[in-house]
Amino acid sequence: MTRPILEAKGLHVAFNGVKAADDVSIAIHDGEFLAIIGPNGSGKTTLLNICTGYIRPRSGSVLLDGHDITRLSPRAIARRGVARAFQIPQLFSAQRVIDNMMLALAATDGLWSAVRPLETATRRDEAKALLDLVGLAGDADRISSALPEGHRKLLDIAVALALKPRLLLLDEPTSGVSALERFPLMEALMSALRQRGITALFVEHDMDVVARYASRVLVWNAGNIMAQGRPDEVFSNAQVRQRVVGVA
Amino acid sequence: MRTIPAAIAVLMLAVLPIAAPWLQFVLTLAIAKGFAALGVAVLLRAGLISIGHAMFFAASAYGVAFLARAGINDLGLLLILSVLAGALAGAVAGSFLVRYRAIFFAMLNLAVSMVFYALCAKLYGVTGGTDGMPVPVPAVFGIVFAEPVFKSVLFYLSLALMVLVGLAVQRYLNSPLGHALSAVNTNEIRLEYLGIPVWAVLLIAYVISAALAGLGGAIAGFAIGRVVPDFAFWTASGHLVLIAVLGGIGGVPGAFIGALFLELLHSAAVTVTDSWNLIVGMTLIIVIMFMPQGVYGLFARKEASSL
Repeated sequence: MTRPILEAKGLHVAFNGVKAADDVSIAIHDGEFLAIIGPNGSGKTTLLNICTGYIRPRSGSVLLDGHDITRLSPRAIARRGVARAFQIPQLFSAQRVIDNMMLALAATDGLWSAVRPLETATRRDEAKALLDLVGLAGDADRISSALPEGHRKLLDIAVALALKPRLLLLDEPTSGVSALERFPLMEALMSALRQRGITALFVEHDMDVVARYASRVLVWNAGNIMAQGRPDEVFSNAQVRQRVVGVA
Repeated sequence: MRTIPAAIAVLMLAVLPIAAPWLQFVLTLAIAKGFAALGVAVLLRAGLISIGHAMFFAASAYGVAFLARAGINDLGLLLILSVLAGALAGAVAGSFLVRYRAIFFAMLNLAVSMVFYALCAKLYGVTGGTDGMPVPVPAVFGIVFAEPVFKSVLFYLSLALMVLVGLAVQRYLNSPLGHALSAVNTNEIRLEYLGIPVWAVLLIAYVISAALAGLGGAIAGFAIGRVVPDFAFWTASGHLVLIAVLGGIGGVPGAFIGALFLELLHSAAVTVTDSWNLIVGMTLIIVIMFMPQGVYGLFARKEASSL
């Protein structure tokens, strides 16, 4: 096994007495595509919030490449190569789709040295290539708030990819995406991740997507890890089938 | 093409004082206020309303008066130093003000500017109190002109600066920094997750806006020949917001269009009635209700529909 790119150790988080993480430790290794599944409200998104510095655990630590990032801000963690796509897309809704992309690309180009216009030919081409990847090339010049929810979700993922991350955290990447678009999106996403050597952790409710694309599955329930392993191992676990997948 | 109508507008402004000399002072003052309103408009892009930018307008005008008293008498040098003074004041005030949003940002700007106003009005021995300080006619490249000639030089210099500074601000707004500034208004969380420090984006914008207000204040000081505490009064700050909204924040010309529109409207209204504020107020209501993009929006829309 390769060394962990991200490691969470002994995490404790509670909201109004409800435990979202109760002495949880997880690790994700280079090249993995780790899926986290579990009932609503079990603390899956909280884990992503902790790993990206949005909330701080009561105790425990998060290590990125062995360095403690528990107390760092989302900005500092993003600059260390961790990008995130959200359950509810986080976009610059008043700006064009292409501007959302180009601003993300500019952030990696070194924003402070950029006295040139945001829109350069190179940046526009790069942005269009990523939009093409998620099937939004035709929407480049639309205002992002005018996009349907599923397309906003795709744009959120494309923005995260534009940051050229080493680790990508995806919160329900296929929710809001139509059934017809779901698997083509995942195929394109997986291809992009492999090509670019991006490790990914994704929270997902669609078990078909998890079964087909995850290299490892972690089952989160009431702030604890109920089970983890290869998809076939996890989905054959009777307890997981009963409590999480909904099949007895 | 935008360049041609803009060039025609600037040319018309340049010849107007020749046809009507009394307009020269009005136009100079309008351009000065246009710079300050542009500063306010820059912050409006991030959704931040400053009701305190007259402080920077006044700070620079006082700066010019103090520097002139200290013996610095060159127009170019005084303008540069006044912009730096505005930027420095902006950096100091902005370093804590950019942490706030919405009504808190607006009110804190107002509060700080009123402290500055009170200091200008009460420190009689330093600032001359409510009598203010004189701003003498400076030399231009070593030449001391008679006051009427200097006022013409000042007008044409202001006009040239309006074009040059306007282009520079447009470039800033088109840069990643400018886009990040607009993005603050819609999604700070995403900006942070892009690795872009929101506070730095806002502080840079605040310093630029203060420098613009400073440039306007220095020009106004030279045009009027005196600086008084009323330059920093909260109604003056409100006036700048009014100009920015009236002109429209969709583009750099909006601030100058708003300032010219308001100054000319004011000049015309005072000849009709003492209740000129009524006319100005009603005009603003009409603009807000029927022209949400401001007066500049009319031109921008016309241009878009003609494409």
